[in-house]
Amino acid sequence: MIVQSLAFYLFAAILVASAVMVIAARNPVHSVLFLILAFFNAAGLFVLIGAEFVAMILVIVYVGAVAVLFLFVVMMLDINFRELRSGALQYLPVGITVGLVLLVELALVLGTWVIVPDLAAVSGAPTPAPDQINNTHALGLLIYTHYAYLFQAAGLILLIAMIGAIVLTLRSREGVRRQNISAQVSRRRDQVVAIRKVPTRGGV
Amino acid sequence: MEIGLAHYLTVAAIVFTLGVFGIFLNRKNVIIILMSVELILLAVNINLVAFSVFLNDLVGQVFAMFILTVAAAEAAIGLAILVVYFRNRGTIAVDDINMMKG
Repeated sequence: MIVQSLAFYLFAAILVASAVMVIAARNPVHSVLFLILAFFNAAGLFVLIGAEFVAMILVIVYVGAVAVLFLFVVMMLDINFRELRSGALQYLPVGITVGLVLLVELALVLGTWVIVPDLAAVSGAPTPAPDQINNTHALGLLIYTHYAYLFQAAGLILLIAMIGAIVLTLRSREGVRRQNISAQVSRRRDQVVAIRKVPTRGGV
Repeated sequence: MEIGLAHYLTVAAIVFTLGVFGIFLNRKNVIIILMSVELILLAVNINLVAFSVFLNDLVGQVFAMFILTVAAAEAAIGLAILVVYFRNRGTIAVDDINMMKG
């Protein structure tokens, strides 16, 4: 149990520290790398409480896809980031105020909420015992039965996002010479070859 | 000391607040704002999974997955819009994004 507590505090501390570095780093590339570290530690927290599937999905989706996407965009755009940061301290007081208000509100919620007494009656899908069936299997049983339509809707959202991103970023450049295969194939000899009678000493 | 639900909720609250704070701190840089939004969504996911485990209800983890889906779609679309905007205007400063102001 002591090992679990230590692991929780380790993961939580690194998660909070890397979240601070995400918003405080001068170089956006460092921000992305700290975001990856934050997601790894959140996945560690999930593994610690037994939500392995969500943890692995977090690592695959965020570290494998979203963070790489961020890295590509940060490195592709030629931006003077120092200039963008110049007025940052101007917004520090209002940021601290809003952050503190939010934190106090969240603390008030945390301090006063209670769990409803007859919890089993309102529970949507009680977790099966981990020794009978593992987390991934239980989630699969739930997603492909009760949440099948929502699962399809999630796939549709991803499809729309993919099509939207392609439509937004695809562009046809002017003045680029491309191979036009149908024009090449349908070309006939009499269109391109001409026989001339060249006069002697005259040239063409 | 036993690690309970309150510990996880505290971590999530801190990460959420840091995300909101990051939006204010980096008001000019859209990329960092998008990363702050990802942090906020991560905090929400931590909340959902912690409640799901400690209240013994698996639906929370299903919803965490759906939030993950929406977050990935949002990041892809947001970054695509950012790339198109940079191509057209040569800057990503938030102050300059005012073409659609009436």
